[in-house]
Amino acid sequence: MPRTPGADLPDHPDFLWDDPDPKPAYDVIVVGGGGHGLATAYYLAKVHGITNVAVLEKGWLAGGNMARNTTIIRSNYLWDESSGIYEHSLKLWEGLEEDLGYPILFSQRGVLNLAHSLQDVRDSVRRVEANKLNGIDAEWVDAEGVKELCPIVNTSPDVRYPVLGATYQPRAGIAKHDYVAWGFARAAHAMGVDLIQNCEVTGISTVNGRVTAVETSRGRIAAGKVALCAAGHSSVLARMVGLDLPLMSHPLQALVSELLEPIHPTVVMSNAVHVYVSQAHKGELVMGAGIDSYNGYGQRGSFHIIEQQMAAALELFPVFARAHLLRTWAGIVDVSPDASPIIGLTPVENLFLNCGWGTGGFKATPGVGDVFAATIARGKPHEYAEPFTLDRFTTGALVDEHGAAAVAH
Amino acid sequence: MQLIPCPWCGPREEAEFHYGGQAHVAYPEDPAALSDEDWAKFVFFRANPSGPLAERWSHSAGCRRWFNAVRDTRTHDLLAVYRLDEPKPVIP
Repeated sequence: MPRTPGADLPDHPDFLWDDPDPKPAYDVIVVGGGGHGLATAYYLAKVHGITNVAVLEKGWLAGGNMARNTTIIRSNYLWDESSGIYEHSLKLWEGLEEDLGYPILFSQRGVLNLAHSLQDVRDSVRRVEANKLNGIDAEWVDAEGVKELCPIVNTSPDVRYPVLGATYQPRAGIAKHDYVAWGFARAAHAMGVDLIQNCEVTGISTVNGRVTAVETSRGRIAAGKVALCAAGHSSVLARMVGLDLPLMSHPLQALVSELLEPIHPTVVMSNAVHVYVSQAHKGELVMGAGIDSYNGYGQRGSFHIIEQQMAAALELFPVFARAHLLRTWAGIVDVSPDASPIIGLTPVENLFLNCGWGTGGFKATPGVGDVFAATIARGKPHEYAEPFTLDRFTTGALVDEHGAAAVAH
Repeated sequence: MQLIPCPWCGPREEAEFHYGGQAHVAYPEDPAALSDEDWAKFVFFRANPSGPLAERWSHSAGCRRWFNAVRDTRTHDLLAVYRLDEPKPVIP
C-alpha cells in the first residue's frame, strides 16, 4: 500500500469449470453454490477424497451473498469458541492463494474497530485481552494511534461521537470475493466436483428419518448426504424436512463509491455509528451498513438505512464528502439469536447444516469449508464446530458475539 | 422509502415505525410446565417464511400505538394491517 488502482488485478478469467447436467446420484450434495458451499466441496475432495459431489446453485455460482458482501476478513471475536473457528479460517486465508493456485488478492491491511464511548473503550480493551489470550494479534490503539494508522479518520473531539480509540488486528484485511469463489470452484471442479447452476432445490426426501434425495428444478437427485449452505434461505430449506431454525432473514445493504486514488490504507469499522469502510483494490470505497430491522427475502433494503450510514461515514471521513455513490445493493443474511453460526448435524440423519453466519460469513469461508467438510465426512462435528450445534438454544450454551459481530443486529 | 398505513394515523413513512417481530406469539399459559425444548421454542424460534408473515409494528414516532400487519417478506407488500384486538385476517 498504496498501490496503483487496478494494476494488481488479474485478467478476467475464461471459463474455469464445466456446466454439467446433474447425475442421478451423488455421495454428497451441497445445497448452495456460494463461498461456503464451494469451499465445503473443495475440502471434501481435497482433504477427505470425496469427489462424487455436486454443488447445487439456484442461480449462478457465487451470485448471492458471495457477490454482495464487503469482503472483510478478521478473527478478533470475544469468546474462545469463536476465536477457534475464525482464527482457523484466517490461518487458511494466509495460505489460500498458494493452496488454490489462483489469485484472490488477500490483503492483510489491518482492521480498526472504533470505540466512541467509555463503555465502547472498556468492551474493546476486554476483547483485545481475550484475543491475546487466544494467540490472536490484537492491540488497543488510542485516537492518535488511529490517526497514524488511517490518517483520513476524523479524530476531532468536537464531533457527536468522537473516536476514543480502536481495537486493531494487523493480520486482518480484505480479499477479492469473486476470485475467492472462482478459485474454490476451479479447484473443486478439477478434482471432479460437479458445479450445477440454475438448479433450485424444491424438496428434500427422507426415508425413516434419513435423507435420500433432493427434488430440484432439474429433477430428482439421489444423495448419500446432503449439506445445506444456503445462508439467508436456510430456514426455507430446513422447513422442507419439517425442521425449524432459530434464524431471522434480514436484508443487509452495502454500497460503493466511484473509483478513487488510494486514500484509505486499512479497514475501519464502527459499531456505534454504524458504518464500515475499506477501499477495494480497484479504488472504490466499499461501505457496509446495519441490517434492516424487519425480515425480508427481497434483496433490497430501506433508503433510511443508507442515509444513516452515509451520515456516519461523512462524520468519520470528511474527505469522502464529494465522492459519488456508484451503486447500492442488499443481500439476505440469516441472523441467529446469539450472532453465532449453526454448524453440524440435524435430527435428520445425513442432513448437515451450516447457517446463521448472519452478517459475517465471508471471513469464515475457508475455515467453515474445512470444518464443515470434516463434519460431513466423519458424521460428527469437527472440534471447531462442536460449540455451534443447533441444540445450544435448548441447553443454553450460547456463544454471544453481538459485541464482536460488528454489524448492529 | 415504504409507506406503512398506521390504523390510527394513516400512511406514514417507514422510518416512523419500529418493528416488533412475529405477531400472535403468546406467553406460555403454564410456564412451570414447559420443557427445555418448549422454552427454546418460545424464546428463540420465530417464523421466518419467504412469503406472508404476521408481524407487529409500533408507530413509535407517531401515535406510539402497536398494531399487527401481514407483510410479504419477498416483496415487502403489506397485505393487511389490523388492530391488536382484531383477528388475523385470512390471506388468500
